[in-house]
Amino acid sequence: MSTATKGLPGEVLMWVLIFSELAVFGAGLAIFMALRLLDPVGFAEAQLALLPGLAGINTILLITSGFFAAMAVQSPHLARPWLAAAALLGVLFLVIKAYEFQHKAALGISFETHDFFMFYYLLTGFHAAHVVAGIGILVIVGWTKHPAHIETGAQFWHMVDLVWVLLFPVVYLL
Amino acid sequence: MKYETQKIALVYFVVAMALFAVQVLGGLLAGWIYVSPNTLSELLPFNIVRMLHTNSLIVWLLLGFMGAAYFILPEESEQEIHSPTLAYVQLAILVLGTLGVVVTYVFNLFEGNIFLGKEGREFLEQPMWVKIGIVVAALIFLYNVTMTSLKGRKTTITNILLLGLWGLALLFLFAFYNPANLSLDKQYWWYVVHLWVEGVWELIMASILAFLMLKLTGVDREVVEKWLYIIVATALFSGILGTGHHYYWIGTPPYWQWIGSIFSSLEVIPFFGMMAFAFVMVWKGRRDHPNKAALLWALGCATLAFFGAGVWGFLHTLHGVNYYTHGTQITAAHGHLAFFGAYVSLNLAIFSYAMPILRGRDPYNQVLNMASFWLMAGGMTFMTFVLTFAGTVQTHLQRVQGDYFMDVQDQIAVFYWMRFGAGVIVVLGALLFIYAILVPRREIITSGPDSTVAAE
Repeated sequence: MSTATKGLPGEVLMWVLIFSELAVFGAGLAIFMALRLLDPVGFAEAQLALLPGLAGINTILLITSGFFAAMAVQSPHLARPWLAAAALLGVLFLVIKAYEFQHKAALGISFETHDFFMFYYLLTGFHAAHVVAGIGILVIVGWTKHPAHIETGAQFWHMVDLVWVLLFPVVYLL
Repeated sequence: MKYETQKIALVYFVVAMALFAVQVLGGLLAGWIYVSPNTLSELLPFNIVRMLHTNSLIVWLLLGFMGAAYFILPEESEQEIHSPTLAYVQLAILVLGTLGVVVTYVFNLFEGNIFLGKEGREFLEQPMWVKIGIVVAALIFLYNVTMTSLKGRKTTITNILLLGLWGLALLFLFAFYNPANLSLDKQYWWYVVHLWVEGVWELIMASILAFLMLKLTGVDREVVEKWLYIIVATALFSGILGTGHHYYWIGTPPYWQWIGSIFSSLEVIPFFGMMAFAFVMVWKGRRDHPNKAALLWALGCATLAFFGAGVWGFLHTLHGVNYYTHGTQITAAHGHLAFFGAYVSLNLAIFSYAMPILRGRDPYNQVLNMASFWLMAGGMTFMTFVLTFAGTVQTHLQRVQGDYFMDVQDQIAVFYWMRFGAGVIVVLGALLFIYAILVPRREIITSGPDSTVAAE
């Protein structure tokens, strides 16, 4: 055990969490794509209701935010400003996300409208919940300012980032 | 025995084993009613027998966990139990409550009385006064173990054990909410049952297994703790939202079908982790502990829990499969091997380890105990296969072909006969276990030279 974990940067338990999260989102995306194979027309039609432009902006926000979190790990003396910037972009992401959900709700689209929207709400909703948790984590590790904590927080934040980068093309573009 | 107050565990274990006997005999009776349905239909109807069988199981497992906590805590925290008197008061309350439940079930006194009578529920059915008694006992217990832990050394094992026990007690509070809406009733029922067996009980299980591995294999505490953290993390990650696999068909929104399917599929991971943990520890361990029976039960527990809870659970957890298998004998197969593998075997493992120490006859190689393991594990595995075949045939005839329930029951009668036979073996094993723990005083077979072994 100890030899296997020696080369692993960051907190082992965070890696366990990251792999668990990737398993869940991976399974969700795989089911989503399988269902699309069964109903390509219905899925394509449903996708027209999305706002890919805003989702594209959100992608840029999250990736930039991930870069800021990485900078916080790189330069410990400037960790707090970098983390604050990363968290701020996370908040902006959530604002756009909230507008997006409100836009769907205004169109009368719910979980039960179509399988597409069931997974749209589940996947992006779960992801948004992780953004909320991630902002909380960034604030906490910025508070303690311990380099190991900041690294663990950045680990989580990059996972949130990575999941979005996988979600975005599959749900909004394909 | 290093600490005097560990003796408390002895009484808990004895009461637990008495209820264990009641439970398996109730199971045997229920199994007989399956093949001869009119047996005792007036005096003790099947629904009451089933309730006795499942509820006595839960109560004796809880008594076992509590006894285990009273045994483990002094040794881990290097501290006597805060108040032995409170521990015995707590046990007395629980025993009184259990007797009250049995009397209320069987004789149905005080029908309609909100405080003394039955609540008319299929599950979480205890009269209100018993529920209050359970909470009082739980509070006493939590106070006692937490005070003990706070005074002494805090280890990962005791932290996880206490986390599990606190969760167990707090989640029981949902039993007080009894909504008239059946969908809501079931939804909250799973807050107790699912979040127990696929949540906080897994923490208790992992920590007791870790304690046993520490004692039996002599592996470093640091290694054990790392495994423990990973098992607990994966158990909670998968188990909490895995509750969704009970919300497929009770009137809850359809997104639960996907949440439940995805998360509960991952529930196999902590059980695989526990099995891997137990075997890796034994292989790595340098200590050749003389209590082979405890080791056998611990390894059997990890293995049968993986198959019963993990594999047999996954078998029907995806909602597309569960649409057909829900409430068939597939469920019964899973229920039996999961409870036996995970929580019955776990309790029997800690009994096997602790009882010789508590009764001052350690080391003791417990050959009869090991024979009872093979009887129970063999009987239960056979029962699981039989019920799985019965459930497969039932699913096809009833859910695919659309035959009538009772016609299908007639056609699968042969499986119920075999299940009864398997049940007889399990009961014999259980009685032999209790005999082996309580009666023999001398070693029956002398083991090889073990003078180098430090018996802890």
